[in-house]
Amino acid sequence: MAELTCQDFVELVTEYLEGALDEDTVRRFEEHLALCPGCETYLSQMKETASRLGEIPVESLSAETQATLLSAFRDVRR
Amino acid sequence: MVTPSTDDAIVAGVRSGDEAVFAQLLDDWSRSMLLLARTFVSTEASAEEVVQDTWLAVIRGIDRFEGRSSLRTWVYRILVNTAKKRGVRESRTVPWSSLADDDHGPTVDPALFRDADDHYAGGWRSFPLAWPSCEGAVLAGEVRARIRAAIDALPDRQRVVITLRDVLGHTSREVCEMLEISGANQRVLLHRARAAVRGQLAPYLELDPTTGAGRVS
Repeated sequence: MAELTCQDFVELVTEYLEGALDEDTVRRFEEHLALCPGCETYLSQMKETASRLGEIPVESLSAETQATLLSAFRDVRR
Repeated sequence: MVTPSTDDAIVAGVRSGDEAVFAQLLDDWSRSMLLLARTFVSTEASAEEVVQDTWLAVIRGIDRFEGRSSLRTWVYRILVNTAKKRGVRESRTVPWSSLADDDHGPTVDPALFRDADDHYAGGWRSFPLAWPSCEGAVLAGEVRARIRAAIDALPDRQRVVITLRDVLGHTSREVCEMLEISGANQRVLLHRARAAVRGQLAPYLELDPTTGAGRVS
């Protein structure tokens, strides 16, 4: 099979990280990675992006709604 | 993110009125429930009401949970049904069953790669520039603001998937179950979302090789 281009490589990054590529494609992906500093940088930046996303705080229910629900829980399940 | 307790222990706790168990469950699940609800209804306030109604249904209906699916699947199904009913009234639905127009095509600007007639067709014209390790607290705060803006700009489904996976830390299996989508579609949405967020961060974080300073301040 033909070698991967950089343009092919960047579209396979997530499937690679998720372990969803077949064996042959993994081999071609890793061969390309070993030879291409640009794609090595791209892969590490995609990993860094994913890990930095984990630092973003996400809003939960308002304190008022939480209090309403806890009080409903006490009323019903008591 | 998710309490290590088993479904059995949680269900028993909720049934017997153990408030600590219920409070923990609320804290663990409400963020992703709000996010999911928001894809069916048109405002944050509506989403909050959908989640509240779902929890009320769980409190009242937990005795009917038979353990044929996981507790999470059962609760999220109540959520989706509640949200859909409301979404119909608000004329807002996000189709989850198939991919949309903005889920196709290259995720990296084709102009960054060499043309088809080039000897190295499809290769980088110039390599992506390295990102500094931004340890500084101020920079980290700015990076977070950029990431948040990038997430907010994503199409609905990509935003939900990347938030569930990368921001809230759910597994791929959990996300597929919550959204009732295939693993392959989930990966497409996640990939596009991550590539878009990376693309927003890149011009901000790249080092200028001549000065060592960021190109965009």
